[in-house]
Amino acid sequence: MDLRDLYQDIILDHGQKPRNFRAQEHPSHFAHGHNPLCGDRITVYVTLDNDRIGDVSFQGRGCAISQASASLMTETLKGKTLAEAQALFKGFHAKVTGGAGAAPATLDDEMERLEPLTGVKAYPARVKCATLAWHAFEAAIKNGSIGATVKTE
Amino acid sequence: MTVVTPLRAAAGDAFDPRRIRRDFPIFERNPGLVFLDSGASAQKPAAVIDGVAEFYRSDYANVHRGVYRLSARSTELYEEARDKVRRFLNAADRREIVFVRGATEAINLVAGSWGPAFVKPGDEILVTELEHHANIVPWQLLRDRIGCKLVVAPIDATGGLDLGKLAALIGPRTKLVAVTHLANATGALVPIESVVRLAHAKGAKVLVDGCQAAPRLPVDVQALGCDFYVFSGHKTYGPTGIGVLYGKKELLDAMPPWQGGGDMIVEVTFEKTTFQEPPHRFEAGTPDISGAVGLAIALDYIEGLGRQAILDHEVALTGYGVDRLSALPGVHLVGAGQQRLAILSVDVDGIHPHDLATILDRHGVAVRAGHHCAQPLLDKLGLGATTRASLGVYNDERDIDALAEAIQAAQAMFKRS
Repeated sequence: MDLRDLYQDIILDHGQKPRNFRAQEHPSHFAHGHNPLCGDRITVYVTLDNDRIGDVSFQGRGCAISQASASLMTETLKGKTLAEAQALFKGFHAKVTGGAGAAPATLDDEMERLEPLTGVKAYPARVKCATLAWHAFEAAIKNGSIGATVKTE
Repeated sequence: MTVVTPLRAAAGDAFDPRRIRRDFPIFERNPGLVFLDSGASAQKPAAVIDGVAEFYRSDYANVHRGVYRLSARSTELYEEARDKVRRFLNAADRREIVFVRGATEAINLVAGSWGPAFVKPGDEILVTELEHHANIVPWQLLRDRIGCKLVVAPIDATGGLDLGKLAALIGPRTKLVAVTHLANATGALVPIESVVRLAHAKGAKVLVDGCQAAPRLPVDVQALGCDFYVFSGHKTYGPTGIGVLYGKKELLDAMPPWQGGGDMIVEVTFEKTTFQEPPHRFEAGTPDISGAVGLAIALDYIEGLGRQAILDHEVALTGYGVDRLSALPGVHLVGAGQQRLAILSVDVDGIHPHDLATILDRHGVAVRAGHHCAQPLLDKLGLGATTRASLGVYNDERDIDALAEAIQAAQAMFKRS
């Protein structure tokens, strides 16, 4: 597999200039993600508007894959319902791990947006980099405003 | 009878890594492999791999138990391995050599046995900022168990151990200085003789973590004067699961057992047990017999290449690596003080170590990326992670060139419009 399949231009772009890279002062939900293997740390902030994701952003440091994944995640999730977000995580997780499960066809556009990250499937040691932000997002939604920490190990 | 494969003089007159490489089957099975991660674990020469298999085929039985000849032979080989380790470290007495699982277990043994017996609440254990987690966490456990203090000696601006500050931190309550011989994350060499002089002047003992030093420096524990010295077999071209604790005889004699079981006893009743003398007092249960045999072969292999020759080779190659890597724009070598040996830890502008390591891997270059089990040191240096290349007897300038070229390829990939 060519390295370029992993480090596509869009990944390098989002890795170097991540979108929605900011803290929120009063998020309704937030959580920290930590990958002890490489020391990557990320905080995901979510502001829910009833059942819909009004705002989602992140801050932290990490490799190009984890930063790009967080960046693309925030772009994809904004405006989605929690059910849609959950379906997207499921579909994304299946794509990068090669596992079962797919997002419904109504979310095809969103899944396509996440497609550049699926190159990590060929790099098992790096899958956790791509899923770190999503795990943090899930922990934020689950634990509300207490700021839980989720670890990839 | 003996299973130890006779040593070939791999290097002949001149030290030739390309010839040495032929002793290591991994390179034959993985053509093009540029292996620069011996600091994490070294590859194994065929002599070790075959020697361990041959031991199981010809001479294996449990040790220190059987009356039958096979067990006596196995015991003899196991105890011969102890003699080889004694010579390797130039320890005064074979009873000063305890076989353990690895350096981590050796340090835990000292912290678990010597610690509670000789360290009192309020006493101090001095470690340094250069330490691997294995030389930090066991002392924290001891601290939490008995209420002693953990004091940390800092590095200086160049990344070397600050001996002046270390001296100032050794006080009347300092019971032990636990220090690395060669820092695994940066390659900083520590002048152990000086540390020992400072510590002994105040009555403190010294434990040296020799994991990175044992495979590449001629180590003489009597000349160093340290009280404990530990190293792992797998970093010295031997098997995993075997390691060594050297302890001065009078210290081991005074230490209580740390694990109970078979082989470490003289007599057991339900009321009372009398314990063996060292080293057996500290080797409860069936030991890693084949590991000890394999380690002995690995030490023979190292001696066959010549320890001074290995050191000379790695000093020269480290120098080449420093020159080659520091000439690359955007590549920063992590400071290692006055003397760097065998480890080149780099930080590359704009590329996270894990991305770099993935790209290097695709160029056939195996390095370690991460915190190298030295998080406090990397925090101090203001780095979350680094990319670390570490040398072995099979590496040469071409490996360094491959590393440099792969770093440049990564930079080209990450430098976008």
